[in-house]
Amino acid sequence: MSRENEIEKQYARFTERKGRYLWLAALATLLLAVLGLALGPSSISLRDLFSLFGSGGEELHRGIVMQIRLPRVLAGIVSGIALSVSGVVMQSVLRNPLGSPFTLGISNAAAFGAAFAVIIFGAGSMNSSSNDAVLIANPYVVTLSAFFWSLIACFLILLVARHRGATPENMILTGIIASSLFTALTAAIQYLADDVQLAAIVFWTFGDLSKGGWRELMIQVIILLPVMIYFYRNRWNYNALDAGDETARSLGVNIGRLRLTAMILASLATATVVSFYGIIAFVGLVVPHMVRRVIGSDERFLIPGAALAGAAFMVGCDIVARTLISPMVLPVGILTSVIGAPLFILLLVKGKGGAQWK
Amino acid sequence: MITLSGVQFAYNGFPVIKGITHSFAKGSFTALLGPNGSGKSTLLRLINGILTPQAGTVEVKGRSAGSISAREMAREMAYVPQMQYNTFPATVFDTVLLGRNPYISWSPGKDDRRITAEILVRFGLDDIALKDLNKLSGGQRQQVFIARALAQQPSVILLDEPTANLDLRHQHEILLLLGELATGGITVLAAIHDLNLALKYCSEFIILDDGQVRAEGGSEIFSEELIEDIYGVRTKIIRHEGEMFILPTEPL
Repeated sequence: MSRENEIEKQYARFTERKGRYLWLAALATLLLAVLGLALGPSSISLRDLFSLFGSGGEELHRGIVMQIRLPRVLAGIVSGIALSVSGVVMQSVLRNPLGSPFTLGISNAAAFGAAFAVIIFGAGSMNSSSNDAVLIANPYVVTLSAFFWSLIACFLILLVARHRGATPENMILTGIIASSLFTALTAAIQYLADDVQLAAIVFWTFGDLSKGGWRELMIQVIILLPVMIYFYRNRWNYNALDAGDETARSLGVNIGRLRLTAMILASLATATVVSFYGIIAFVGLVVPHMVRRVIGSDERFLIPGAALAGAAFMVGCDIVARTLISPMVLPVGILTSVIGAPLFILLLVKGKGGAQWK
Repeated sequence: MITLSGVQFAYNGFPVIKGITHSFAKGSFTALLGPNGSGKSTLLRLINGILTPQAGTVEVKGRSAGSISAREMAREMAYVPQMQYNTFPATVFDTVLLGRNPYISWSPGKDDRRITAEILVRFGLDDIALKDLNKLSGGQRQQVFIARALAQQPSVILLDEPTANLDLRHQHEILLLLGELATGGITVLAAIHDLNLALKYCSEFIILDDGQVRAEGGSEIFSEELIEDIYGVRTKIIRHEGEMFILPTEPL
């Protein structure tokens, strides 16, 4: 065998190993999804659960699974994919390991946009039940408003990146400014709201997967599917961009268009999650770095890896949120922060191989 | 191959390139020389289409560079910027495979991997194919970047100070390699600071000063007066066994 063939074989084994990690992540996501259907204030045995997908099973269980848990688990999967892949793409196009919808202030901007639509445009209606403090009556208006305001944050980031460079310091400072600004604007909206609206908005800002149903899920999938395909389609271009703007340009990448489109679509993906479920922090930051440590930074594997790990992370956090102090259900946004923050510190402290600051 | 006609460029109104006209022949190895700030890097970026001339034209194989898409240009011309680091870790194989980007529509195919493997073996990088690029020495990294440029299968390679920060051995290895590429028919244009290295390996020279071409041609263009005028350093030109050496004597 020639030396060239040997090298090709070595590389094939190297990439196959990464492929196996993806299959493992897919399996973990599937297992967690099944657990997510079975576990909760009213636990359902696995046998009962599987019988629901046949002709048997109790009606009560069927109602719980089909109306509450399945949309919730799917919401976790879809939101986890959207936030994690958005984080990966933002980190790539800004060449900044601290890029994520939350750290760049895009989540807060989207949250403000959603609150704005709910209160000012009356796109939401209030319920007294704590689980449905705000029902989104017009999800299109909420999503559009969340997207519009997240775009404002996105352009702010691109403006700073263009004039001052996308260094970790600049991006974090811009993220702090954007977050503070939109938190203040949300507070201003809350100040104008009445007591019930105020309580509703405060509850709404907690990331919670119970807020959405099948309709919200469908809208998310319709928006996110083409966005994710676009991201995956450009995985090679993101790899090129990591080598620097000039190198990427000389490799045939239209960097201006790629960066702008990626940031706009990542903002849209974030907005669709935030507008339906509230702020879910740390997923877009922690998950990409966890995956980088396992399968490296090649976007061909990182994007699907982060998608699967993000889905697993969200579903896992939601299971903990539902079972930790059962029958009370915690908002998943609290869990992602409580688990994500120490995890990120751990990655920072042990930061060899994965998240390398420069 | 490449023709520059009256190319001008200014950063924020400050002129950096002031009307350069020159043609590069196929298979030539040209050293772009000149003091810091003379416009070498800017000229390379203008040729590669990273920057657009504000006056004049850059033509590649008879076509205006502005009318060639980034992807098409990448198949024609490769560019190796000054020493660079990836933000995130990447293997040597993946870095060189990235050179196939202008040919990849969905995913790298068998041909792309084969070409990458062949280049790695040719450059003697096969033993470190799966190593992290950021952990290699400066010389090895520069070799990897040139290998990536070659994976683009270009007819022109532009390099911005390819020997900067390299030790003596690696400086010679890199320039020897570029000379071989030129002999193989690839047009090579490299911005170089070291006049003696340029004299040893390059066949053509362009000396820039304040955004203008002060001298161009073979090694006969060098004179002690010209170097003193451009660099502000007194030198002595010595010829030994058919080679030319420039020795600084004292500053002006």
